[in-house]
Amino acid sequence: MSAESVHHDAHHDAAHHDAVEGQAAAPRSPQAGHSGAHHPALAHHFDSLEQQQEAQSLGMWIFLASELLFFGGLFTVYTVARWAYPEAFAFASGHLVLWLGTLNTVVLLTSSLTMALAVRASQTCELRSLRGYLVLTIVLGVVFLGIKMTEYYLDYREHLIPGPMFSLAGHELPDPLPGGTREFTRHVELYFWIYFTMTGLHALHMIIGIGVLGVLLILARGGRYTTGYFAPIEIAGLYWHFVDIVWIFLFPLLYLIHHGGAA
Amino acid sequence: MIAHATPVKTYCLIFGGLLLLTGLTVAASLAPLGGLHTLVALAIASAKAALVLLYFMHLADSSRLTWVVALSGLLWLAILIILTMSDYLTREWWRVTDG
Repeated sequence: MSAESVHHDAHHDAAHHDAVEGQAAAPRSPQAGHSGAHHPALAHHFDSLEQQQEAQSLGMWIFLASELLFFGGLFTVYTVARWAYPEAFAFASGHLVLWLGTLNTVVLLTSSLTMALAVRASQTCELRSLRGYLVLTIVLGVVFLGIKMTEYYLDYREHLIPGPMFSLAGHELPDPLPGGTREFTRHVELYFWIYFTMTGLHALHMIIGIGVLGVLLILARGGRYTTGYFAPIEIAGLYWHFVDIVWIFLFPLLYLIHHGGAA
Repeated sequence: MIAHATPVKTYCLIFGGLLLLTGLTVAASLAPLGGLHTLVALAIASAKAALVLLYFMHLADSSRLTWVVALSGLLWLAILIILTMSDYLTREWWRVTDG
């Protein structure tokens, strides 16, 4: 941990603090015991709250790295399928509503800002703004899901949900059609399989994130996260921002293929 | 107790940058860029992701250990996609020599 990011823990006695200064991630020194009053959130196997929070956030980063590969499998499927059927993907992408997707991107980026400000409020021990920003983040997350559901409904009305109901009958197909109509329709349907799987998995992450923030909002009431112990808020923030980053890539890959022509 | 909390202004600037890049990627998708569309879109998305990682997720002042974890995630993702595509992209080469 770099020296400038050291979060000083006033509840902790100075001697104890010296023992761990600058080596937060290293094993604790043997002389570090339990003398003096310390923060109620400090678990006994950590030297300082700062070391504890560093470990907690590192654990979250490890989880997020595995999440990246969870989504990564789908991004790989996307890459292969788009490489194989570029015309069908460009055609299919043109059936998404661009302005709704753009609006949703802005909503999600805004929720990342409010989440970052919630973490900041927790660090600066301002309970009112912490709870305010958590509420804002939850509301923006719900708005995102609402817009997403609206888009799903529009796809449903146009028979673009993959499966037995899928049909391109009412749509004008590109003129020199690569392969036959049947083949082309199957490839467009493949795009929509990928579209619904990826955005669906993303939406599931949003729902979980909203749930986590809801729990933290309730737990934060008594000031639990505004006395120097901000790790739970920070960790939830890391998760929220990660889900935002997944969308940052989904948006151009799913919505922005069509305009400039194929591939 | 306040440690070094990032100033609100920094967060707002990053947010402004993210909005700007979102506008840019939509504009670029409408522009006649020929075959460069995907490359431009991915470059802009990567820039946005970097802003979120460095500032919103505080990677800019995180420990080197955190960097190792974050970069290892990217490394394995790269292995996944590059190895897969190195298969698909080279299949045609064999078909040609097979006659």
